[in-house]
Amino acid sequence: MSLFKKSAAELQELLHSKEVTIADLAQEAYDRIDAVDGEVGAFLALNKENALAQAKEMDEVPFEKRGPLYGLPIGIKDNIVTEGLETTCASKILEGFNPIYNATVVEKLKEAGMVTIGKLNMDEFAMGSATENSAIKPVHNPWNFAHVPGGSSGGSAAAVAAGEVPFSLGSDTGGSIRQPAAYCGVVGMKPTYGRVSRYGLVAFASSLDQIGPITRNVRDNALILETIAGVDEHDSTSANVEVPHYVDQLTGDIRGLKVAVPKEYLAEGVSDGVRKVVLAAIDQLKELGATVDEVSLPHSKYALAAYYILSSSEASSNLSRFDGIRYGYQAKASNLDELYTKTRAEGFGDEVKRRIMLGTYSLSAGTYDAYYKKAQQVRTLIKQDFDQVFEKYDVIVGPTTPTTAFKLGENIDDPMTVYANDILTVPINLAGVPAISIPCGFDNGLPVGLQIIGKYFEEGTVYRVADVFEQATDFHEKTPQTWEVK
Amino acid sequence: MNYETVIGLEVHVELKTKSKIFSPSPNQFGSEPNTNTSVIDLGYPGVLPVVNKEVVNYGMRAALALNMHINKQTKFDRKNYFYPDNPKAYQISQFDKPIGEHGWIEIEVGEEKKRIGITRIHMEEDAGKLFHGKNSSLIDFNRQGTPLLEIVSEPDMRTPEEAYAYLEKLKAIIQYTGVSDVRMEEGSLRCDANISIRPYGQKEFGVKTELKNLNSFSFVRKGLEYEEQRQAAVLNAGGEIKQETRRFDEKTGKTILMRVKEGTDDYRYFPEPDLVDIVIDDEWLEREKALIPELPDARKERYVSEFGLPAYDAHVLTLSKETADFFEATVATGADAKLSSNWLMGEVSAYLNAEQKELSETALTPEGLGGMIKLISAGTISSKIAKKVFKELVTNGGNAEKIVKEKGLVQISDEGALLKMVTEVLDNNAQSIEDFKNGKDRAIGYLVGQIMKASRGQANPQLVNKLLLQEIQKR
Repeated sequence: MSLFKKSAAELQELLHSKEVTIADLAQEAYDRIDAVDGEVGAFLALNKENALAQAKEMDEVPFEKRGPLYGLPIGIKDNIVTEGLETTCASKILEGFNPIYNATVVEKLKEAGMVTIGKLNMDEFAMGSATENSAIKPVHNPWNFAHVPGGSSGGSAAAVAAGEVPFSLGSDTGGSIRQPAAYCGVVGMKPTYGRVSRYGLVAFASSLDQIGPITRNVRDNALILETIAGVDEHDSTSANVEVPHYVDQLTGDIRGLKVAVPKEYLAEGVSDGVRKVVLAAIDQLKELGATVDEVSLPHSKYALAAYYILSSSEASSNLSRFDGIRYGYQAKASNLDELYTKTRAEGFGDEVKRRIMLGTYSLSAGTYDAYYKKAQQVRTLIKQDFDQVFEKYDVIVGPTTPTTAFKLGENIDDPMTVYANDILTVPINLAGVPAISIPCGFDNGLPVGLQIIGKYFEEGTVYRVADVFEQATDFHEKTPQTWEVK
Repeated sequence: MNYETVIGLEVHVELKTKSKIFSPSPNQFGSEPNTNTSVIDLGYPGVLPVVNKEVVNYGMRAALALNMHINKQTKFDRKNYFYPDNPKAYQISQFDKPIGEHGWIEIEVGEEKKRIGITRIHMEEDAGKLFHGKNSSLIDFNRQGTPLLEIVSEPDMRTPEEAYAYLEKLKAIIQYTGVSDVRMEEGSLRCDANISIRPYGQKEFGVKTELKNLNSFSFVRKGLEYEEQRQAAVLNAGGEIKQETRRFDEKTGKTILMRVKEGTDDYRYFPEPDLVDIVIDDEWLEREKALIPELPDARKERYVSEFGLPAYDAHVLTLSKETADFFEATVATGADAKLSSNWLMGEVSAYLNAEQKELSETALTPEGLGGMIKLISAGTISSKIAKKVFKELVTNGGNAEKIVKEKGLVQISDEGALLKMVTEVLDNNAQSIEDFKNGKDRAIGYLVGQIMKASRGQANPQLVNKLLLQEIQKR
């Protein structure tokens, strides 16, 4: 059995019993990458030399000085800056960019003793839902290479699903952790906005972005979130709310839990296959002791439009700093205007340019009120939708995505169809509440994700529900073909 | 035709906080290029701003001193534009909820007092500085992130003289609050001026031009004087004023077209999502209110009532906090207030102008000046001798009494000694005595001069006069 099928706790046991070393675990990751990543395409820069050297040193540290994640390998999405390790956001414009500082989450993982294996492929600047917008290479879904892994954290989800690393970090602006987690059959958590510091996350849409863990099981996911969460003096939008021991909240009991299922989340657009699997999962929650009611989140239908206006508006401003002067790619030019224009024309991909134009338009003097301002108003209404449901219910449950993973190239010329794929995930980012996607079954051999949405800062409850479901099912134990590749 | 001039001023003031507005980098003038910078100042991917609370404190203090309404919920916004000195390609500024709004200050031109409205005061970050060479340009990001206050006046000024008085008063008030050095030569105070003209009686404003590169208050006045005449000449010749930005040229005193503005710039402002709103509670507000010192107007009134100074003296002394503080410390040593004022406005001011120095850059102390003035009042030294003592005090410092003793500058008031000198001079100048007796009053001046010369300037002039007249009658 592959090492990475094991949980963090099981890996620690192996380390304790000296059956494996930290160096073995790191080496295992690189061996798996060598074996399968040529086809999966999850990894960009590898930290091999450093990681192996670091692992050897860490093996000397006595066990009593180690925490539950000590010595375990992890992959980092390429929009999270890592000191001395190339960080490109899968964009040509950041070609060769070697950060001189670590993101807060990277520092926290380092303190916990996790070993960074490498950087994970993604849609350029996290803009996309299929990782087909990576300027470097596409990522293939480990369950079926003809299909996309989802996005934008496609590399983060695929690497875990393919058994290349047991854990990874992704980022989620409109579903970028949960949607690829669903497509790849792994566990992906988008925490409450403000739960995890964004310092060192290359901004796409600052008011929506959150970093979160992708893992093979709920318990490990909780363990990693606990490690990276918390207020950060470098991020004013990080919340000064105590971080509980999430693992302690996994009581295995959801009797009496009040579950809401929004009718809008199972409406037209959701495929029959996905609906069937998700309804079965909801029945399972009932059997486990939860009460389930249908509710309405009436403003859901406006969420997608509001999301694309707000996220693109912020992106148009956030991405203006990439001008070719201080770092990354610089086009050859004979004057300043030409330098700006050529650097950005050559450095950014089509989707990024599309969103910069959309956002610039939405923020312009004549259109601001009709677009940006209106979208902000919709955002408030969507928040109120959630507030109202959460007055009576503990969690909201539904599918993570309307369909299973689509085929590579299928929608590449049709951005609107790809955007529509985010319809079930973007309202959560607009409201800022936490949500997880966990494996809940298969449709035509491709995984289906169950989305569990919680109240602000109540990730503990979300994890508890997810864990109870996971304990009662075996979907998370299934592995794709890549695990068999030697 | 005669026109009425309408002027509004935009003033930027650099705050002298220890660190920058959104990063921990030092906020210092005059360092080696690109040394006071961090990944935050340079706009590296992934960095986030964090508001320096002291900037909010300072902003509030300045706003309160300018009689402004404080927005208790204030926030930052992004102003988007590409420029090499602007590393994020947006400036974090304040748009619709500035820290202060609706303020005013009172100015005085001649005998007339006038209130000038202040529209708003907002906090923002400064940009880097560009140095243009022959084939390349260099950027120094030390200034990037320096905290600024932008203070925008209402178009309430009607003459360049009023604009000058507004700047003088604004500078004084900000200086008193201690939030900025307000030194134009170091760029810690900068001013752009908007000016338009309209026929007397017309309600609507004329088309305005914006003047830049105004590097001193006098240049502001000169630039505005030139511009109001230029605009009048254009209109009188049947032309029309274009909305444009013009640069003041210090050498020629003229304004030169930089660019014509077509419509307004679209900076695509939107709320800064990396920062949270700042909520100012009553306690915070009261804390800042308590830190506002006595301001120039109040001080000026006090100088008239408490020290009996003429209004003009009080005005001049209180324009600079440093001078006013120095004045009060001098008086506190027991020196006469009017004499202290005379010295500060006269000899001291002339010296500072000639040397291009601030008071604090000289060796002069209030104790030194006060001691010297007391010696004058006591008749120990003459005003003429005092000038010598002053030179010593201002260059080397020290104690006036000691200087006078060591250099033997004490005034000779001993009648016996003076009488000896008077007698000697009269003996040697029979012709002058003759002249005086024939009604030539000027002759007495000559005789006094001779005695002063003989005493090397140390003779008490009043006594010399007295003795001279007394002795001359005897001959």
